[in-house]
Amino acid sequence: MTSAEIKAVLEHQFPAAMVENEDLTEKQVELKGNQWLEIATFIKNDPDLSFDQLECITGYDTGEDGPLQTRYNLHSMEHRHKIEVVISHNRENPNVASIEQLWRIGDWFERETYDMFGIVYEGHRDLRRILCPDDWEGWPLRKDYEGQETYHGIVVQKMKEEEGWE
Amino acid sequence: MKHVIDQPLETDRMVLNYGPHHPATHGTLRIIMELEGETVTKVTPEIGFLHSGFEKLGEDLNFNQYITITDRMNYLSPLCNNVAYALAAEKLMNLEVSKRTEYIRVLMCELSRIADHLLNVGMLAVDLGAMTAFLYGFRVREDIYDLFEKATGTRLTTSYTLVGGLMRDIPEGFEKAVLKVLDEVDKAANDIETLLNKNRIWHDRTKNIGIISKEDAISYGISGPMARASGIDWDIRVNEPYSSYQDFDFDVAIALNGDVFDRYLVRMEEIRQSIKICRQSLDKMPTGEVIIDPNLGLSLPPKDEVYNSIEGLIYHFEITMPHRGMTPPVGEAYVPTESPNGELGYYIVSDGKCTPYRVRTRPPSLINYSIFSKLIEGHMLSDAPAILGSLNIIAGELDR
Repeated sequence: MTSAEIKAVLEHQFPAAMVENEDLTEKQVELKGNQWLEIATFIKNDPDLSFDQLECITGYDTGEDGPLQTRYNLHSMEHRHKIEVVISHNRENPNVASIEQLWRIGDWFERETYDMFGIVYEGHRDLRRILCPDDWEGWPLRKDYEGQETYHGIVVQKMKEEEGWE
Repeated sequence: MKHVIDQPLETDRMVLNYGPHHPATHGTLRIIMELEGETVTKVTPEIGFLHSGFEKLGEDLNFNQYITITDRMNYLSPLCNNVAYALAAEKLMNLEVSKRTEYIRVLMCELSRIADHLLNVGMLAVDLGAMTAFLYGFRVREDIYDLFEKATGTRLTTSYTLVGGLMRDIPEGFEKAVLKVLDEVDKAANDIETLLNKNRIWHDRTKNIGIISKEDAISYGISGPMARASGIDWDIRVNEPYSSYQDFDFDVAIALNGDVFDRYLVRMEEIRQSIKICRQSLDKMPTGEVIIDPNLGLSLPPKDEVYNSIEGLIYHFEITMPHRGMTPPVGEAYVPTESPNGELGYYIVSDGKCTPYRVRTRPPSLINYSIFSKLIEGHMLSDAPAILGSLNIIAGELDR
């Protein structure tokens, strides 16, 4: 199926979940987060869509005032078609349902996105930092990230605008 | 004596810390294992020891600078990473590269694949006690690295591609040298297979160990040789060809059992197919430029012009000064590539400045490693190096 056809199926099944977003390309579709687990279960098990593989989860920050996003790249081994699902979260309390038990790789991807963006995946059985140390402060890939001054007595080097490295 | 044997074995639960600096982890991985006797009951992998913030760095470096970072991500096949990033950046900028560039990239990627697989099979063998097979593989791998040194100037941190082309053309006499090394590789592959394929100990240590079922492979998103060893007919070089792979005639190696032995067989077959692709690429090598037109203002002018003419020097500064040089249109791009570990791709988002807005790597090592705890549970402790070796984990890419 083409991306447009996949979008049509989604719109037919979950009319309330669709979000219009002009910034996205035609291969992406934005959905509301509140129905995500239900939609994910549907697109994985529906024989026509059958998205059995989660290729990647990408965290994305739209800017210091904009929302955070989680982008799911889904691929069907059976039908060989793809779609990218985008879900926006508000900055203060970013959370969405975890799909870790649907696609097993979601476990580490969600931990990584949590580690870098602080997006909380509700229902994840082991949501903790994966790449950064457990006691690291802040969410490094957010655009408004300010690195901590010291970490266990080690000075964390920072890049200063114009001056380069300290 | 009989009295001792009759006593039941003590099977208290024991926690074993494997790594981060265990030689058999080949990188800095830490695995916390719970053992009952010699059987592994629970595994908690801990990663992040090599985390270097490469994705964050991507937001501060311009497009050509970031290619040097991609080397450091995968230090066993850096050329594949260079090519993957260059492809994504070119898609972002709507650049077309010459046929010769594409063929040289294919040649280099396949040589990297051979080097990676030889090392991986060799390391797997040496972890299981077969030193000779490792030495056969490692010796020809050195010859391949000599080729890389001839073409790129370095063995490891190659940074060979530029956005829109290559750093330089292949040197004179390179074809001949490659053909000679390919013959050696063929011989080494034969030697390794003669030693291992019918070896009873090798079979006992690798068959039915760490089986990945087809369903698990899909659910865990596993790609590359590991997926193909589980019977998934998916090779990006065939299914979504990039960089002129459609011009080459080769077979996709597939095995059905998904155990360590099958992963070994798939890698050995891929070495032979890569030899075939390398030979074809040398046979059909088109003529032409490998650097895009300097007048587009996207690439550095040739070094000869920079050193010997004032215009060349000015152009060079125009591109290398901060906030100047290559600026793509607003947009995003992702190109999947078949790296020796699996599907590798860079997702680049640009907001029209000369540094990307977001760079995301799809890291095959992270994805392939996530299944490890499932594979090892229920196996003996001595199977841990066998399974770990067969996953081909590159810690630099795992942690980024």
